[in-house]
Amino acid sequence: MIAWEDLGVGATLPAREYGPLTLTDFVRYQGASGDFNPIHHDTAFARAAGFPEPFSVGMLQAGILGSYATDLFGAAHVRRFAVSFREQVWAGDVLICSGEVLDRHEDGERRVDLRLEVRRRDGGTAIRGEATFVVE
Amino acid sequence: MVDRSAIGATDDGYTMEVERGKIREFARATQSANPDYLDAPAPVIPPTFLTTQQFWSTPGAGVFSKVRMDRKRLLHGGQEYVFHGPPPAAGTRLHVRTRVEDIYEKEGSRGGTMTFVISVTEFRDDEGRLVAEARSTAIETARPPVEGGAS
Repeated sequence: MIAWEDLGVGATLPAREYGPLTLTDFVRYQGASGDFNPIHHDTAFARAAGFPEPFSVGMLQAGILGSYATDLFGAAHVRRFAVSFREQVWAGDVLICSGEVLDRHEDGERRVDLRLEVRRRDGGTAIRGEATFVVE
Repeated sequence: MVDRSAIGATDDGYTMEVERGKIREFARATQSANPDYLDAPAPVIPPTFLTTQQFWSTPGAGVFSKVRMDRKRLLHGGQEYVFHGPPPAAGTRLHVRTRVEDIYEKEGSRGGTMTFVISVTEFRDDEGRLVAEARSTAIETARPPVEGGAS
């Protein structure tokens, strides 16, 4: 876990790669989350809606970003986690999670505000995120 | 067409149990190998786990049936979770209620009007204490989404 001393404003978090993602990863997430929108696993349905193939569930890459952040700061320490969705993610994409410290607070308990990002290795930004974690 | 009179509407609420096996399944599906989730006897939930509330709500009974969004033009714009302390752990019973906080329109960058629907879900424990809040942004686009839009 990262020490408070290394979390100055502007400090960058170690980046981490996930994937390449597969259709099975999408389906597994849909089973775990309860979101069974066929656009994420049914090719005929995705094509009828104007897409070349099924694309990932936005909340899957959001969840991967959550896994990235909780590995760095601890599962019990999250206090806020927010994402906005940009580019879609497709089977075969490698995702790169990264982040930096936006602000830090020391009134009572130590907290850091983070800017987070999920980038497609062969594309642009899939998710912009923000989070707040308690640091012991 | 989105029904703006749905602002302030709430669902009937329901109760969901936070289960260890469900946390493990969700953690692995989001590619976590963190022992905080996989090995702890009463793990806390992952940051986005409350999306699984969909398993507990009755289909068609949710607040979105009152908003009447067109599912073919529906995008998930964003999602936020706030925890008032450590996230709830396995064994917690959560009382869940969703309300439509706001509905507004914006001109899209590629033309056409986009309608934004902001809903807020509150999660309270058996004592009525507010444990977590989820804020969701749903977008109805002017036409079916194209590659490069939100997911």
